[in-house]
Amino acid sequence: MDSFWMKILGFVITPLVAFAVGVTYGGIVRKITARIQNRVGPPIYQNLLDITKLYSKKTAVNHGVMQHLGPVFAITASVTSLFFVPVLRDSSFWFNLSFDGDLIFLLYMMVFGSLGMALGAGQTGNPNSAIGVSRGLALMVGYEIPFVLSLVALMIQFQTTSIHGLLAVQDTFSSWIIFQSPFATIAGILAFLGMMHYAPFDVPFAPAEVASGPASEFGGKYLALMMTSGSIFTFVKLVLFVNIYFGGAEDLLTLILKTFILYMIPVLTGIVNPRYRTEQAIQFFWKWPTVFGIIAILIVVL
Amino acid sequence: MEITYDKNAQEILSTIKSFARKSSLWVIAYGTGCGAIEIPPTMTSRYDAERFGIRGSATPRQADVLLITGYLAVKTLKRVIRTYEQMQDPKYVIAFGSCTINGGMYWDSYNTIKLLDKYIPVDVYINGCMPRPEAVIQGFIKLQELIMNKKAEGAAKYKENLEWYRENQRKIIHNWRMPEYNW
Repeated sequence: MDSFWMKILGFVITPLVAFAVGVTYGGIVRKITARIQNRVGPPIYQNLLDITKLYSKKTAVNHGVMQHLGPVFAITASVTSLFFVPVLRDSSFWFNLSFDGDLIFLLYMMVFGSLGMALGAGQTGNPNSAIGVSRGLALMVGYEIPFVLSLVALMIQFQTTSIHGLLAVQDTFSSWIIFQSPFATIAGILAFLGMMHYAPFDVPFAPAEVASGPASEFGGKYLALMMTSGSIFTFVKLVLFVNIYFGGAEDLLTLILKTFILYMIPVLTGIVNPRYRTEQAIQFFWKWPTVFGIIAILIVVL
Repeated sequence: MEITYDKNAQEILSTIKSFARKSSLWVIAYGTGCGAIEIPPTMTSRYDAERFGIRGSATPRQADVLLITGYLAVKTLKRVIRTYEQMQDPKYVIAFGSCTINGGMYWDSYNTIKLLDKYIPVDVYINGCMPRPEAVIQGFIKLQELIMNKKAEGAAKYKENLEWYRENQRKIIHNWRMPEYNW
C-alpha cells in the first residue's frame, strides 16, 4: 500500500518539479539575456507571473475544435514524454514508464506536440500561423536527421534501445557516452541547438517576421498552456540529453547542475547570434551535424 | 443555480490575479504617430521597461495593453478599434502624447480625431509632446497602481456603454464593416 501511494505521489510530483525547474530556467535565461544586453532584466520568477496572468485571462475566440485541442496536444505530448525519461538514475520515486524501446518511442512522442500545435495553428486561419508552422516543420526535418543518426549510432554501438540501457552502459564502463562516442555526441548536441529553438534557430517563432508564428492567434489560457508545456518540454529535453550523453544524475543537485550547464549551450549561442533564414537553418543541419552522425555510425559499423 | 464562494478566498484569489496582471503587462504598441519613436528606447537597455514586467507582444490576441502612440488619423481609427476588440479581457489602453487628449498640434486638422476617449476607453493618459521614456514608464506604473486597486475598468466601461462608443465611432468611420463585439 505504501509503495502504491508513493507511486501516486511521484506521479503528481514529477510534472510539478519539471514545470518548476523549466519555469525557473526560463526566468534565469531572461535575466542572463538582460545582463548581456546591459539591462537590469525582469525578476527570476517573471515567467511564473506571466503564466499566472495568462491563466487568469478570459478567452472569447473560437475558430473550431482543433484550435482548442492544439495546446492540449502540446501539453499531453510534453507530460507523456516526461514519463518516459528517467529523471534520476536509480530512483523509483520519479514516475517512469520505461520499456525496452522507449528511445524510439520518444523520437515519435517528442514530435507529437509540435504536430498537434501545427493542427491547432492551422485551423486559426492566420497566415502568420501557417508560415510559422511550415517553418517549424521544416526546421524539425532539419534537426531530426542528425539527432536520429546520433541515436542510431548509440543503439548499434551498445545494442540497446532504451534509456535505462544507455545509463547502464555508462555505469558499467564508468565513463560518459560523450567520451565513448564523441561523434554521436557532437551530432546530438548540434541537433539540440535546433531543438531548443533559440537563435539562430528561432525561425518558427520570429516575432519580428511572422508575429510569433504558430502562437499568433492564441492568447490567454491557450498561450498559458503552451508556455506550461514549453517549460515541461525544456526539462524533458535537458534530462534526456543529460541521460543519454552525460551519464544521468544520481541526485537532484547533480541533475540541476548538469542540465543547467547543458542549457547554457543553446542559450549563450542564441544571445550572441542573429536569426538564420529557414533554408540556411536546414542547410546547417544537413551539413556538419549529419556528417558527424554518419561518421559516428561508420565508426561503429566498420 | 448560483455557486457561492468563500468571500475571503475570493479576495485572496483576486489579489493574486491583480498582482500577476500588474507585474506582467504585454504591450501591443500601435505606432500611429511620431510617438512610436519613444518606444524603442523605453524597451531597450537605457530605460529597460522589462524590469517592471512590461514586454512587447506580437499580436493583439496575446496583448494586455494597447498603447496608442500619438495622433490618430481617421483611417487608422478603424484599425485601432479592430485591434482593441481583438484583445482579450482584461485589457487596458494607454494614450500617449497630447494628440490623444485634445488633438495636440493637430487640433485643427480635418483628418485626425481630437479625444481618444470618445472612441475607445482610455485608462491612463501620458501627456507631453513627446513624453520622454521616463514619463512613459511613469504612466505604466500608474496603470499598475490602478490595476492593483481594481480601478482600471476600461474594458467593462466599453462593454457597458457600447452603444455610445459605436455611435461616436460610426460618425467618423463611414464605411463601417466590422464584426460584432461579443465579449
